[in-house]
Amino acid sequence: MVQVDGKANGNSLIQVRELDKKYRRGNEEIDVLQGLNLDVNKGEFVAFMGPSGSGKTTLLNLLGGLDVPSRGSITVAGDEITHMSGHKLTEWRARHVGFIFQMYNLIPVLTAYQNVELPLLLTSLSKSQRRTHVETALGVVNLADRMHHYPRQLSGGQEQRVAIARAIVADPTFLLCDEPTGDLDRKSADEVMALIERLVREYGKTVMMVTHDSLVAQRADTTLHLEKGVLVEAGQPRQRVSAGEMA
Amino acid sequence: MKFLPLILANLFRKKVRLVLTIGSFAVALFLFAFLAVVRDAFNRGADIAGADRLVIINRTSIINPLPISYRDEMLRIPGVKVVTHDNWFGGIYQDEKNFFPQFVIDPENQRQVFSELMVPDDQWDVFLKDRQGAIVGARTMERFHWKIGDRIPLKTTIWGGGNWEFNIDGVYHGKRPQDDETQFWLQWDYFREHVPESIKGEVGWYTLRLYSPDDAVRVAKAIDDQYANSPFETRTETESAFAANWVKQFGNIQMLIVSIGVVVFLTLLLVTGNTMAISVRERTSELGVFKAIGFSDRAVLFFVLAESLVIALVGGLMGLGLAVLAVPVLTKALNGLLPNLVLVPSILAFGLSFAILIGLASGLLPGLGAMRLRIINALRRV
Repeated sequence: MVQVDGKANGNSLIQVRELDKKYRRGNEEIDVLQGLNLDVNKGEFVAFMGPSGSGKTTLLNLLGGLDVPSRGSITVAGDEITHMSGHKLTEWRARHVGFIFQMYNLIPVLTAYQNVELPLLLTSLSKSQRRTHVETALGVVNLADRMHHYPRQLSGGQEQRVAIARAIVADPTFLLCDEPTGDLDRKSADEVMALIERLVREYGKTVMMVTHDSLVAQRADTTLHLEKGVLVEAGQPRQRVSAGEMA
Repeated sequence: MKFLPLILANLFRKKVRLVLTIGSFAVALFLFAFLAVVRDAFNRGADIAGADRLVIINRTSIINPLPISYRDEMLRIPGVKVVTHDNWFGGIYQDEKNFFPQFVIDPENQRQVFSELMVPDDQWDVFLKDRQGAIVGARTMERFHWKIGDRIPLKTTIWGGGNWEFNIDGVYHGKRPQDDETQFWLQWDYFREHVPESIKGEVGWYTLRLYSPDDAVRVAKAIDDQYANSPFETRTETESAFAANWVKQFGNIQMLIVSIGVVVFLTLLLVTGNTMAISVRERTSELGVFKAIGFSDRAVLFFVLAESLVIALVGGLMGLGLAVLAVPVLTKALNGLLPNLVLVPSILAFGLSFAILIGLASGLLPGLGAMRLRIINALRRV
């Protein structure tokens, strides 16, 4: 059960405590996130909604170890990432996080197979073991027959499915999706969301997703609303959300 | 090795740019190799000079003669092993453009002083018995398609002028590839018989061999002191100093070649550095993705450096390969105006090191930029 009051018992997969993020623009200091608490258990699917500038992507970047908070802590599977060195954080990301971006961010000069293989190049797997993993991941996203196609030879929906295969191929602890359907038509968006749901339901993946689209958010177990850096409201399309002490 | 497909895929991203950059590397390395070969040819006399040889010329200039009597006098100086003498003949074979150096040699001592220029004993024996005999370097033999037994006419405007005829009795080869194989040697006795009486006892210069190179300074001073204030004062130098001074007559070739080399180096650095900078800037968001999924800053730096290094190596090898093919052709085209142009392994090794250095230097700044890139900033760029 997702909690945002910071009073969970400590067994949750992801624990965020008193998280602040400030940016400086000239002499002005902007509070993007303020005292944010969050607990997400393994296998949960959480959607973050909110207007532009509310801090959704900043939260996702902090959860993925792409940025560092101004204050507070983030603990994932027992590892506190907020005080990790850059090198440790890079290793941690490779082992624990799968990223899915709005613009797919595939490498255009690599085939679908090579794109999906990228995270595995950082492991000690042999070439044949990597092949097995890549084929499995592309099979999960139903693109095994497109593995030798370049991104330019794929539709937007297919590109995003390749990106999902790249995100899951190393079996990360959780997936972070930043507007995964933002650049897709409705049909492709449905296909991608069905795939993400399947990763949660069938494969027990933990997913945190940022979206502007309420239809897409409805497919998550829990929807949390961020407004000006504060969790102000919790929706519960499928589960109850404890929001006793929202920041 | 598992990153190789990734590096190659990035390299082939813009094929035209890749070809042009590699091409600029190839042209620059070809030019570098060619300049190094020419510089080497000019400096070869100094480089291959015997450490135990001294050259004695007239103090006024090399075109002023020295008396033949000096030979025996110099032999009496302690440390001197053997003395030989030469005259510049300056003949023309058929046409002035067919230039090759001709020396009047002292057959008795020539082979002991210049032991690196080898003549088979049987050919040398024939030469000794033939007053009109000549020994010719292998390159000149090949250039004019001469063979042993041929009779060669040379016309000269000095030494009383006229046409001189010689029989080719033998061919000499250098022990090292750099040795000059263009010379034409004729006998001192034959020369002496035909020159005007007034210059019969004059030689162009002496070359002597010492028992030990350590004696060079002492012997040189002894010779010059011995003939100080005489009508034929001497200037004695080691063979390498003599060769270096000879090259200086052409101007500061070294300076010229080094200057061109530096310009080539800097231009190449700018061209390749700019290419790499553009290449990195174009894929900022991709580099952000690499970092996001777990590639370290060092790995990103490695990719950029590897790409510039591959460009440098391929371009460098192409340029040097081209030079290997072109140098013999150029040597022929120069018609003996320069000594044998030889692309020695040290030039190739230096050229390749030069290419690697440029490759690393040009990739370093863009690579460091990519390394320091913040992921969230990189991902914002589309």
